[in-house]
Amino acid sequence: MFRLEKRYAEEMIAHARAEVPLECCGILAGADDKVLKLYRTTNSEQSPLRYNVEPHELLHIYRELDEKGWQLLAIYHSHPHSEAYPSATDIKLAQCLDVLYLIVSLREAVPVVRAFWLSGGQVKEEPLSVVEA
Amino acid sequence: MAAVEVRIPTVLQKVVGGPKSVQAQGDTVSQVLKDLEKQYPGLKGRITDQQGKLNQFIIIFLNDQDIRFMKELDTPLQEGDVLSILPAVAGG
Repeated sequence: MFRLEKRYAEEMIAHARAEVPLECCGILAGADDKVLKLYRTTNSEQSPLRYNVEPHELLHIYRELDEKGWQLLAIYHSHPHSEAYPSATDIKLAQCLDVLYLIVSLREAVPVVRAFWLSGGQVKEEPLSVVEA
Repeated sequence: MAAVEVRIPTVLQKVVGGPKSVQAQGDTVSQVLKDLEKQYPGLKGRITDQQGKLNQFIIIFLNDQDIRFMKELDTPLQEGDVLSILPAVAGG
């Protein structure tokens, strides 16, 4: 079970809506499985179907995580027009990171957020609990 | 040969192994990867593909510049340079 404070869920959804029709992407970092910071990142693909966190932003985020002793807990991105389920591209490109992937779907009137592990080419859903602070 | 520092963020250490920061020798990125391979067998194979090119899931920065926009693995190095090896964050 991944526990996510409501404010972070709301921020991911706001980010996803702000980027429509493009996919948004970002990183959730923290310690002891508790999210302490959400990084909104630039999708260098600028695409409605693909995302790629801009490499220089990524370099600076990884440096900050190591300086603070934080972990990369999850990567989030949006599916503006499809369900909150990993695409073939998501699975293929998740090979180098053993982290949780959150997907925000805007397909329905009410946004849907789901969480998945994608290591080894396998999709395994992780129950997501959105909680008050 | 130039002595350079190679940094691997914690998140990638879990996958490729190796240290957080290590000294390695080489006049190009490719030579440094060969030197790293001697110190940490198997690491190079996770950073490059079967053709010996940089794995598409990996980004290498020379100081603050992405080597894809330089000479990739043939990018020349100088004494004291810092290489950062990062996992790309991408999908669809």
